[in-house]
Amino acid sequence: MKFMKQFGIILFITFLGEVLKAVIPLPIPASIYGLMLMLIALMTGIVKIEDVKQAGRFLIEVMPMMFIPAAVGIIAAWPVLEPILGSVVIITIVSTVLVMGIAGRVTQFVNRIGRK
Amino acid sequence: MKEIISNSTFFGVMICIISYEIGLIIKRKWKKSFLNPLLISIVIVILILLAFHVDYDKFNEGAKYLSYLLTPATVCLAIPLYEQIALLKSNWKGIVAGISAGVLTSMVCVLGMSMLFQLSHEEYVTLLPKSITTAIGMGISEEMGGIVTITVAVIIVTGVLGNVIAELVCKLFRITDPIAKGIGIGTAAHAVGTSKALEMGEIEGAMSSLAVAVAGLMTVIAASIFAQFL
Repeated sequence: MKFMKQFGIILFITFLGEVLKAVIPLPIPASIYGLMLMLIALMTGIVKIEDVKQAGRFLIEVMPMMFIPAAVGIIAAWPVLEPILGSVVIITIVSTVLVMGIAGRVTQFVNRIGRK
Repeated sequence: MKEIISNSTFFGVMICIISYEIGLIIKRKWKKSFLNPLLISIVIVILILLAFHVDYDKFNEGAKYLSYLLTPATVCLAIPLYEQIALLKSNWKGIVAGISAGVLTSMVCVLGMSMLFQLSHEEYVTLLPKSITTAIGMGISEEMGGIVTITVAVIIVTGVLGNVIAELVCKLFRITDPIAKGIGIGTAAHAVGTSKALEMGEIEGAMSSLAVAVAGLMTVIAASIFAQFL
């Protein structure tokens, strides 16, 4: 029962995220509104960490599996993707490596200055 | 066999879970970073669908129940973030600087290479939101007049790639600080990368979760500016 109650709280906040998405005309998904709402709820103590922790941990742990259906969807998008495949692959690889490296390096650099 | 699979309600979710478990077993056995459980499971599922001639739509009728959990799971990324909130407060300057630099790099990279490969405006804006979470990326692509199916595919490939190469890139760029690792991974490879960051450590995971939300929001603004450049 405890697990289902926790899941219920999580779904309630997710639903509030959907409400915000419906009301605010920005291209921001319900999940991001929900994430912010959950953080606010935890910080203000409206929701206690014990009330969502176990169900939340479970959802996060199995999260990688949730990407499989969308990723397999590439076979459905293949006909439109194929003509520009070469440039798309190069752009994807180069930008992913650079974005990860630069965002990480800048964070590390600024934080180290801050600590001195 | 094709009919049975196509009409099954449970086949989609079942095959995703089983192939992911196979991926975990392979990873545990050979311990190579490119043997990524997510990547292995995607390949297995694609091969099975092709082998039995199962339509993606038929597969997804069952598998969508797994995707259904993605929104509440993303909401739950607030939990590890909340647990590291003190670190966020004491390092916010570096975090904001890092995510901003990452978003800008992504925009400039896609712009530069789109010019190099002489892509059309339509193809350019399709790729512009590639580093951020699918739901925001789809919205941006649609608004700018991109091809949404390709945007989704590229976002997923970016995430899986980021997930696979995260440890290697951190080593290559000598990123040792767990906060910086998390910010880099989340900014470049959204939630799929974040699942890797969470495996690397609690701080990495929390910072990556934060970066997904912040980079996504920043990209909404940055992409609307950059879309005018090509």
